Amino acid sequence: MEPALTAAPFAREFDRVTTPHLDAAYNLARWLTRDPHDAEDVVQEAYLRAYRFFSGFRGGDGRAWLLAIVRNTCHSWLARHRRPQAFQDFSELEEELAAPQDDGPEQQLLRECDRQQLVRALTQLPLDFREVLVLRELEELSYQEIADIAAVPIGTVMSRLSRGRRLLRARLEGHGEG
Amino acid sequence: MECQDAAPLLAARADGQALTAAQARELDEHLDGCGPCRARLREQRAVSAALRQSVPRYPMPEDLRTRLRAGLPAGEAAPARSRWRDLLQGATRFDGLRLGGAFAAGAALALGLQLFVATGGRGDRLADEVVSGHVRSLMAQHLADVASSDHHTVKPWFAGKLDFSPPVTDLAAQGYPLTGGRLDYLDSRAVAALVYRHGPHLINLFVWPADRPGSAPLAAGTSRGYNVLHWQRDGMNYWAVSDLNAGELKTFAGALQAGA
Repeated sequence: MEPALTAAPFAREFDRVTTPHLDAAYNLARWLTRDPHDAEDVVQEAYLRAYRFFSGFRGGDGRAWLLAIVRNTCHSWLARHRRPQAFQDFSELEEELAAPQDDGPEQQLLRECDRQQLVRALTQLPLDFREVLVLRELEELSYQEIADIAAVPIGTVMSRLSRGRRLLRARLEGHGEG
Repeated sequence: MECQDAAPLLAARADGQALTAAQARELDEHLDGCGPCRARLREQRAVSAALRQSVPRYPMPEDLRTRLRAGLPAGEAAPARSRWRDLLQGATRFDGLRLGGAFAAGAALALGLQLFVATGGRGDRLADEVVSGHVRSLMAQHLADVASSDHHTVKPWFAGKLDFSPPVTDLAAQGYPLTGGRLDYLDSRAVAALVYRHGPHLINLFVWPADRPGSAPLAAGTSRGYNVLHWQRDGMNYWAVSDLNAGELKTFAGALQAGA
């Protein structure tokens, strides 16, 4: 679609490309901001940005394109509104991770832990890990798509997912409370 | 390969993603001799399954959807976000995740009830929409955008057209061959429509992600002479509609659930 479109078909085309992905956009903003009202603000801002940038959209995967804009809007929004927060670096996080026992009952553990605990644990995970987990487990995106959206190498997606899942399990077990 | 090199690859192995042949081989060799890494791999799969099963995918609130579209004038005048925000400030702030543990259960309960109330009567409306979709597909001779009996052709066709990947099962052996798939629009969203044939009868199976994770039992109904079945499984909504009789349609649903 060339930008020679006049306003009405342009808006229609934008609508056609973005409408199927609005739930995904909101879900990502909701998990990254951790607040329904903040998520609404972010999505509105991202939607307008997407509209402005739409003439640069070259077709293809509208979902990855829109989610990348939502993701970037979230990050700049969070930087503007950041509440004071203790910096926690990765090496500190690693200490939370006890290796699972050899034939450990991980599955059992996860069956028993209830939905609220799981939601809380994911909500409290640091942003970088939460982001890739939401894109992978809830949006079911490929590693390549996640790498494109988060603007990181695919190896980073891999290691963040690995660590994110391990952290999550450690926190569910109570090692990482607090 | 050492454990620390294997660690990041475990996610990719669990997800079936992005390993080179060399990486895969080295990881296999490492896993053969390393019990803790085998346990870590199981951990990856278990956490992934638990998240998919239990964590909600928040759908966009309808009023936000409306405001987004209304807020798209011909380019200029960004909508007054602050005004929207002011309006919202008046509304009750209610969010289970922000409340402490003691309140979380109550909040979830209230949320659940809200959802229940919100979906009351929705089933009937959807059954109507589903039948309309079925009739439309027959009238307009627009049964399939992708005509194929091969689910390996039909499933990838949906990629990039939908924000979810519908399970596509071939039931030729059970007497319900797949004939194709297309996009349809139901419940204010794009959905997958899969078309199956049973003798001279056609079955439209509409699939899209449910508002809530988990499963819901089979519910049957009729609308305008068509039989309609609804169930939810693994967070997906299923609506089957056909002029097949109710018993045969249930057999179809059973075969589908057994085959998925």
